Amino acid sequence: MSEKKTKFTLADLFKRCQTQKIDTSKSSCGCGSETNCSTNADSQNSCECKSNNHGLDENDVASNTLLNKPMNRRTAIASMIGGTVAGTAVASTGLSLLSTEEKREKTLLKWQEYFKGNFQVMTDKEKAETIHRLERLAKIEKNVDVKIKGTQAQPNTLYGYAFNISKCKGYRNCVDACIKENNLDRKSNMQYIRIFEMENGKMDLESGNAEYYHEVPADGHFYMGTQCFQCANPPCVEVCPVGATWQEPDGIVVVDYDWCIGCRYCEAACPYWARRFNWNTPEVPAKEVNKNQHYLGNREKKKGCVEKCTFCIQRTREGRLPACAEACPTGARVFGNLLDPNSEIRYVLEHKKVFRLKEDLGCEPKFWYFMD
Amino acid sequence: MANLYYFIRDALNTATAGGKKYHLWMGMLTFVMLIGAYGYWIQLKEGLHVTGMNDHVSWGLYISNFTFLVGLAAAAVMLVMPAYILKDIDFDKAVLIGEGVAVAALIMCLAFVTADLGSPHRFWHLIPGIGYFNFPSSLLAWDVIVLNGYLILNLSIPFYILFYHYRDKLPQKKLYLPFVYLSVFWAVGIHMVTAFLLAGLPSRPFWNTSLLGPRFLASAFAAGPAFMILLLQFIRTNSQYKIRDETVAKLAMITTVAAQINLIMLGSELFKEFYRHTHHGLSAYYLFFGLEGHNALRPWIWTSITMNIIATTILTIHPLRRNSKWLNPMCLMLFVAIWIEKGFGLIIPGFIPSPLGEIVEYHPSWIELSVTLGIWAMGLFILTILIRVAIYIELGKIRSPKLSST
Repeated sequence: MSEKKTKFTLADLFKRCQTQKIDTSKSSCGCGSETNCSTNADSQNSCECKSNNHGLDENDVASNTLLNKPMNRRTAIASMIGGTVAGTAVASTGLSLLSTEEKREKTLLKWQEYFKGNFQVMTDKEKAETIHRLERLAKIEKNVDVKIKGTQAQPNTLYGYAFNISKCKGYRNCVDACIKENNLDRKSNMQYIRIFEMENGKMDLESGNAEYYHEVPADGHFYMGTQCFQCANPPCVEVCPVGATWQEPDGIVVVDYDWCIGCRYCEAACPYWARRFNWNTPEVPAKEVNKNQHYLGNREKKKGCVEKCTFCIQRTREGRLPACAEACPTGARVFGNLLDPNSEIRYVLEHKKVFRLKEDLGCEPKFWYFMD
Repeated sequence: MANLYYFIRDALNTATAGGKKYHLWMGMLTFVMLIGAYGYWIQLKEGLHVTGMNDHVSWGLYISNFTFLVGLAAAAVMLVMPAYILKDIDFDKAVLIGEGVAVAALIMCLAFVTADLGSPHRFWHLIPGIGYFNFPSSLLAWDVIVLNGYLILNLSIPFYILFYHYRDKLPQKKLYLPFVYLSVFWAVGIHMVTAFLLAGLPSRPFWNTSLLGPRFLASAFAAGPAFMILLLQFIRTNSQYKIRDETVAKLAMITTVAAQINLIMLGSELFKEFYRHTHHGLSAYYLFFGLEGHNALRPWIWTSITMNIIATTILTIHPLRRNSKWLNPMCLMLFVAIWIEKGFGLIIPGFIPSPLGEIVEYHPSWIELSVTLGIWAMGLFILTILIRVAIYIELGKIRSPKLSST
């Protein structure tokens, strides 16, 4: 499957378009015109009028490119439409706060984004380009300088997690940390982690309660956290019709948010209820955005795609702990490299009596529970 | 080529011209479709949170209707098989109607799946070659293939036959019969694949049963011919298209036997779910009795079971089944009963309780309802056009103008 190659990038063309960008240095309104335009709001109309011409310029660029360079048909069609789209967008600037220049750039970037391929089969160049586009878009749309990484899996690494039931007190600091770290939608109050309050004497999630709103720890109860267990044999990956989710070499199951078509088959297939869908356009206030992002991790998502816990791929691949493990005040969370014999997780697996949820399903989760 | 042009022109003329009742019917369907389109527009703009679905019940009315309609499409095979292969003359006239039903049902299926997608604009990710088609691992990828393949088969076979009749020629059996054979197996295939799509999920014990595929077939072969009977009765009384009593009688027989088998399977399922009360039976428990005060589906499923039993019993009694005063309402009853049972009576409980034991109920929003109704209206709209054109050609009312000139 992996040798499949999608050559769907229009990067070359648009780079060429961008080199012909109108010099905006002379005009503060960004429409690029000096003669017909002032920064005065009243002259907005004349600005738009000129902007239309820029749209046409774009078309000219596209057609020049068509004439001078050999292109395949798809690229050619896309480039022509791209030019038109850009022109139309500029024409419809209206009362937007963005300058026409930014508006046009945004439209072009979005257009290029639409035609990009599956991250799994992108070349390094394509990966760098899409990351650059996403960073630019974050700047234009939210005025946030995000840094999106594409850090690959580290060699000899297989991440695992252990959860100490004796220590967890149900404070849910991990939940809060996760929301902030992973830029989770504030509007729908999305959460990857679920902490179940369990009655003593029962080890059955059916009788647990994840919707508790009282002082913790409650008498006669213990607490059990769930999140994505990064199964070694993940059913969610198998069922995805477009290969938008897969397992990385370090064992993390990731989602390409821009490739997911939103059929939610993976949500139905997950036996641990670990996946979340963006039912609405996710909202994260600009000042709360975590700018340290990863393409397969906590970057901001669009509506209509599925997402999930990635063991904080943006942190762990740099040798840091996941946000939940770092935030836990009781030390109930143990995270580490299963291939490192000196890691804490290996110590737990070797010295404690551990168990996993629903082992009968054969998903081989890399998330163990244990007691002191 | 000129013939093809005339064919399309005459077909369009036939579809757009008609009496007052016809226009009223089509106008009404258009109105419902427009309401559906409005609902879908809001859904596209706002996202799927305008539906009643959520992360707990992540499939709802759309996928429920999808699974049911796959059955309706597959049931067209009940007409194709005897007509073309067993050379049973009785079915010959009804078979074009059956294929029309299959086409309309399939288009509705595809529309329901599309309506359910979170990012429908990324549909091209599914196209092999330019996208990334996760075949053979994903059953949904299988479903894309079998549904589209079945749609092409059911479009091309009747088109071939009608186009030949239109030119007063006899279609060559050598050419189309192999595809007819293929479509018979394919019909079983689309339904089995759709069942496997659900049955292949061990995370959802309610679906994860080997009986799901056979049960899909049994219920489809009851609901499909039941719908066909109603449609044929309507056509018989409202056009000169002759459909013999024997055809309807045979279809009624098929419906009855399939409904009986379906009831046996239902009994078998109920026994397994309720004899010993396990966690795996909680979804069924929710469906039939409710869980912890949540019982939204309980009235629906009992209505369905009651209708199912009454209809099957009455159809089983020969004199009653042979009397269209009994046959027609019982067919309608059976159709509705199976729509409930195999639609949201099957999909929704699969999500309740969630794999972690949480109970969140599902109530469709008005947007979901309007889109659902809109897609049904679209299906009926397409079905009406297809059948009207087919009947006009079969009755010889429209013929290629080239024939009269030569």
